[in-house]
Amino acid sequence: MIKIPSTFPSPPAWTPDHPIVRVSQVYKSFGETQVLKGVSMSVMKGEAVCIVGPSGSGKSTLLRTINALVPIDAGSVVVEGQEVCDPELDKLQLRRKVGMVFQQYNLFPHMTALQNVMIAPIKVLGQDKAEVEARARALLRKVRLEDKADRHPGELSGGQQQRVAIARSLAMTPDIMLFDEVTAALDPETVKEVLVTIRELAEEGMTCLLVTHEMGFAREVADHVYFTDHGVIVEHAPPAQFFGEAKDPRTRAFLSQVL
Amino acid sequence: MLAEWFRELYRLTGINLTIFTDSFDQALFLRGLGTTVSLSVICLSLSLLIGVLGAWWQASRIPLVRALVKGFVVVFRTTPPLVQIYFFYFGLGAILPRVPNAFGVMQPMVGNTQWAILSLALFAGAFNIEIFRSGIEAVPRSTIEAAESLGFSRSLIFFDVVLPLAFRVCLPALNNNLVNLVKTTTLAYAIAVPETLYAAQQIWTDASNVPEMMTVLLITYVALVGVLVAAVRRIEAKLAIPGGMR
Ligand SMILES: Nc1ncnc2c1ncn2[C@@H]1O[C@H](COP(=O)(O)OP(=O)(O)OP(=O)(O)O)[C@@H](O)[C@H]1O
Ligand SMILES: [Mg+2]
Repeated sequence: MIKIPSTFPSPPAWTPDHPIVRVSQVYKSFGETQVLKGVSMSVMKGEAVCIVGPSGSGKSTLLRTINALVPIDAGSVVVEGQEVCDPELDKLQLRRKVGMVFQQYNLFPHMTALQNVMIAPIKVLGQDKAEVEARARALLRKVRLEDKADRHPGELSGGQQQRVAIARSLAMTPDIMLFDEVTAALDPETVKEVLVTIRELAEEGMTCLLVTHEMGFAREVADHVYFTDHGVIVEHAPPAQFFGEAKDPRTRAFLSQVL
Repeated sequence: MLAEWFRELYRLTGINLTIFTDSFDQALFLRGLGTTVSLSVICLSLSLLIGVLGAWWQASRIPLVRALVKGFVVVFRTTPPLVQIYFFYFGLGAILPRVPNAFGVMQPMVGNTQWAILSLALFAGAFNIEIFRSGIEAVPRSTIEAAESLGFSRSLIFFDVVLPLAFRVCLPALNNNLVNLVKTTTLAYAIAVPETLYAAQQIWTDASNVPEMMTVLLITYVALVGVLVAAVRRIEAKLAIPGGMR
């Protein structure tokens, strides 16, 4: 095949032997507050990565730079070979690849669970309604909520809402899922049902980046754990090493508090 | 039959309700009522459209668009509606060229009823913009963020997420403003639009039954507003979200 050279060379196609997400030397301030001070991390396809750290250390901000909800001041964020901070970047292209689930679920309250799951594929991707509905129902079954399809968010428990939110993100068939303290607003009994769902996803090979305070879950599910403090990554390691033999005193102090 | 009863009432008490006893007055009054109803419905629809578009443009990324909407809202909220109607009818109407009608007679390009519709719709629309804005501000930032993270465009976020939620929040305030609009349609009287008040005035000049017609007017507007309020209630019930907004 003959390729017509374009004026702007497109970035080399991303291949799975490269990191699917690469964050390098990212800086971010909100006014006077420096929130990220040179953060770097890289995630391979299919990995589950947990980010832990004290409140206010910049975990949410870091996660939000990956789907461009937060623009960065310096550094680079590359998702599947695409520079996220490129002003030419089509944010829609990025966001259909990167799903996000929030602490407060943030479902659309005026839509039923099923409608919440269906709206993005239909209205954003323009997919066929009948086909999307079949897929949405399958996703609700996957998160064990097929009987709640016609309920509105206000009629669901926190854990149920959060699982609808996960199904809503999955309906866009993302390659990467971001979870920002998705169990923090739940009562202890419902935490488990949400964690089970995420765990299944990770085991199916979905690339997952999770900010979490559930250390037990991080230990069991994560391939890699990152520890952030005051806008820097203090250390990162596979969970056995991270929880067993943390090197930095800050990590050890944090772990002794939460474990 | 009904006419007989009212004629008897007049004979016994002197209460002269010509709109029931005289077919000419009756037709006049009903036509006035019809004009009021259509004036209300048209202005109401237009004002809602203005409210939605204005609220959308008020959040525009283009500063000039935002400034224009803001200016419009300020002007129409801070000036008396009667002055606005006069401004359009006598001010703008005088500047616009006259055009020949179907019979070749020169007449104003925009008729008095059209001016009334325009100015009342803009008047109520300016308030609707502010009402929608307050409703929009009540939509949590986090809900919008969720939509953004799903790749929603700005217009999709506005029309499918923000507006449906904002609309529910501001229905009570909207209800007030629309009631106000129905009552304000009587100002069209000032530029001789043959609405209910105008018809009533024609009737009482002829039949000298001012107290009777004043009472009829009051009852008519109570009924009109009652219908509107009932309609909004139904919409409110229909839009109620099972389990609430959260
Ligand atoms: N949009 C914003 N505007 C201003 N300041 C912000 C904004 N978002 C975050 N911050 C500030 O940045 C700092 C880091 O916030 P971030 O939410 O990333 O922390 P976090 O590690 O997720 O904390 P938590 O565990 O409490 O969720 C905080 O001091 C916060 O107040
Ligand atoms: Mg956070």
